[in-house]
Amino acid sequence: METDTVALPPKRPLRDRIPVVHQLRQSVGLQRGMLVAGLVLTGIFVFIAVFAPVISPYGFAQLRDADGPFGSQQPPSAEHWFGTTVGGYDVLSRVLWGAQTAILVIIIAVLLSIFVGVFLGLVSGYFGGWLDRVLVVICDAIYAFPSLLLAIVVSIVISGGRSDLWGGVLAAAIAITVVFIPQYFRVIRAETVRIKAEAFVESAKVLGASNVRIMFRHVLRNATRTLPLIFTLNASEAILTLAGLGFIGFGIEPTAAAEWGYDLQKALSDVSSGIWWTALYPGLAIVLVVLGITLVGESLNDLADPRLRGRRRVAQAAGEVAETSVVPGGTLTAGPGGLSGLEDGETFDEHGIEVKR
Amino acid sequence: MSTLDTTAAVEGPPVAGRPKSKSQGGGFGRYLLVRFLLIFPTIFILVSLVFVLMRTTGDPITAALGGRLTGAQLQERIHEAGYDRPLIVQYLEYIGQVFTGNFGMTLTDNRPVIEVLLTYGVATLELAFYSLIVAFIVGIPLGLVAAYFRDKGQDAGLRVFAILCYATPVFFSGLLLKLVFSVWLGVLPVAGRASTGAQIQMQVLPNSTGFYTLDALMTGDPAVLGDVLAHAVLPAIALGLLTAGVFLRLVRTNVIGTLATDYVDAARSRGVSEYRLVRKHAYRPALIPIITVIGLQIALLLGGAVLTETTFEWNGLGFQLVEYIQARDFVAVQGIVALLAVIVALTNFIVDIIAAFIDPRVRY
Repeated sequence: METDTVALPPKRPLRDRIPVVHQLRQSVGLQRGMLVAGLVLTGIFVFIAVFAPVISPYGFAQLRDADGPFGSQQPPSAEHWFGTTVGGYDVLSRVLWGAQTAILVIIIAVLLSIFVGVFLGLVSGYFGGWLDRVLVVICDAIYAFPSLLLAIVVSIVISGGRSDLWGGVLAAAIAITVVFIPQYFRVIRAETVRIKAEAFVESAKVLGASNVRIMFRHVLRNATRTLPLIFTLNASEAILTLAGLGFIGFGIEPTAAAEWGYDLQKALSDVSSGIWWTALYPGLAIVLVVLGITLVGESLNDLADPRLRGRRRVAQAAGEVAETSVVPGGTLTAGPGGLSGLEDGETFDEHGIEVKR
Repeated sequence: MSTLDTTAAVEGPPVAGRPKSKSQGGGFGRYLLVRFLLIFPTIFILVSLVFVLMRTTGDPITAALGGRLTGAQLQERIHEAGYDRPLIVQYLEYIGQVFTGNFGMTLTDNRPVIEVLLTYGVATLELAFYSLIVAFIVGIPLGLVAAYFRDKGQDAGLRVFAILCYATPVFFSGLLLKLVFSVWLGVLPVAGRASTGAQIQMQVLPNSTGFYTLDALMTGDPAVLGDVLAHAVLPAIALGLLTAGVFLRLVRTNVIGTLATDYVDAARSRGVSEYRLVRKHAYRPALIPIITVIGLQIALLLGGAVLTETTFEWNGLGFQLVEYIQARDFVAVQGIVALLAVIVALTNFIVDIIAAFIDPRVRY
């Protein structure tokens, strides 16, 4: 593996190369606090998602127990800590089970978009030509469009709007995938174009390696360093898109799975009559999960961006610089001449990053 | 190194169709022309994408009226509307219609889609306008504060606030605002764009615009204006905070970048106070990238508007879109989505032009 990547900086110890662990060690002060807080929230979310069937007091579609029906819109009590919904479900149980639905959608959506986006970006960046131009224009057009609307359209296509657990999860996941592909595409394409010009790619060509081998063995392995950042940020966007779809009526049927957006839609009319528990808890669940994942992503992003990294010592310890800084709601990338003049006049050319000076 | 080197460093991602190759020469006129011509492929791609996606599921008439008509009646309607012709013919016809501004007729209430767009588009515009005001008022000063207190407690707090703005779905913040201000405190209206009385007063205006604030001003009745503004407060805050978070972090990042430049160092060595450095020296150049980002925020804002309008029953495009989706009227959905594509492409064009005026380096 190492023989292929001649142009990389010297190999760092294994523990430094595991994405999050390295950044955790690298971070200091408040930045570390934010990263740790994010990791804790995300950990709780994953834990609840995995163990929802064990933790949750009732099933997500359960309407009655041995003592009879739960009743509709009951305020929080000893039996129902978070109260019951207008449909007579236990709010706590639905919040806990909702984590499972959310994590399924995240996993499927992010995996799908990574595969498709990375593949397209690699091919487009490596071969260039008309295919590259067409793909870039298409991806830019999709990228500029409101993601929720695109997700709505795709979701209409896939499920006609209403569906069971797997249908709904897949519909939401694929809808989100379509929205995310351009992001992976752009990042990987930019990296590929940069790496393609490196000496080790030339050497591989001279040695007679096939295009496929160069693409996947030499270019791809060096192009993936920003993926963890996009991954975390997309995971949070996936949750918001899923909830948004649920809220406008493209949710998963309540009997098929618990979904926070759907529950909030049902809570819309409750709020006018002062019933707060049906809206508060699913909403808080969304906020906390997105907050946790975003804190992790944001910290990783800051640690990779020399302009935002806390201290010079830390900056030097970083070893590599990602020129693609990803932030939810708008990608912050270095503009013309962007990174020059920072970090003791260090140029980034040795890392192969284009800097106009 | 020019003073602008790091100030404009943070720039939005390339917007739709920006040319990738850096051509030498060519002035502002050429840049303008290229950017203008690139609007069309953007719109074309989005409209085609939506058309193909929507039509793969079948014809819109069965989707909208499937349960209500018999099979024969359905066939007749499908034939009348021409949905039984080859897809490619329908597609070419549709593209032709879109470029002449004809988006078809809605199936459920039989209105021209363009009329729906114009009527409710204004309401969405009004909401977007107020939200942007909220976003500026909240986002920019707080971003300056965060940059001033970089890596201190205030900064961390504000950054968490910015993430919270992003992490809270607009419908959840909307629900909470409603709960607190409308239901518990009872100081603001629960939903809608105006109360019935005010609405009637505005409808009788000879030249009503549909932009309620303007209409209310034209009635000359302060009670009507107050009513309209009171209705706008909560939706504008809910949607505005979403964008405010983005502005906050953008201003913070840029001001921090500017504070590290030579000319700020020079000013500091002349004894200019830290406050003045942030307020006067670093602030103005840091605003440039915001203009670029506003263009991208339009997409976020439109997506958020759909959810905000549903939450507050704000009768705009987003609210109508959801109604039409629930009625399975896919012709209307397609029309609304196509119009939004046009808006997004146009906004990006305008923003690119403004950015090029301000910062000549963009014009490559």
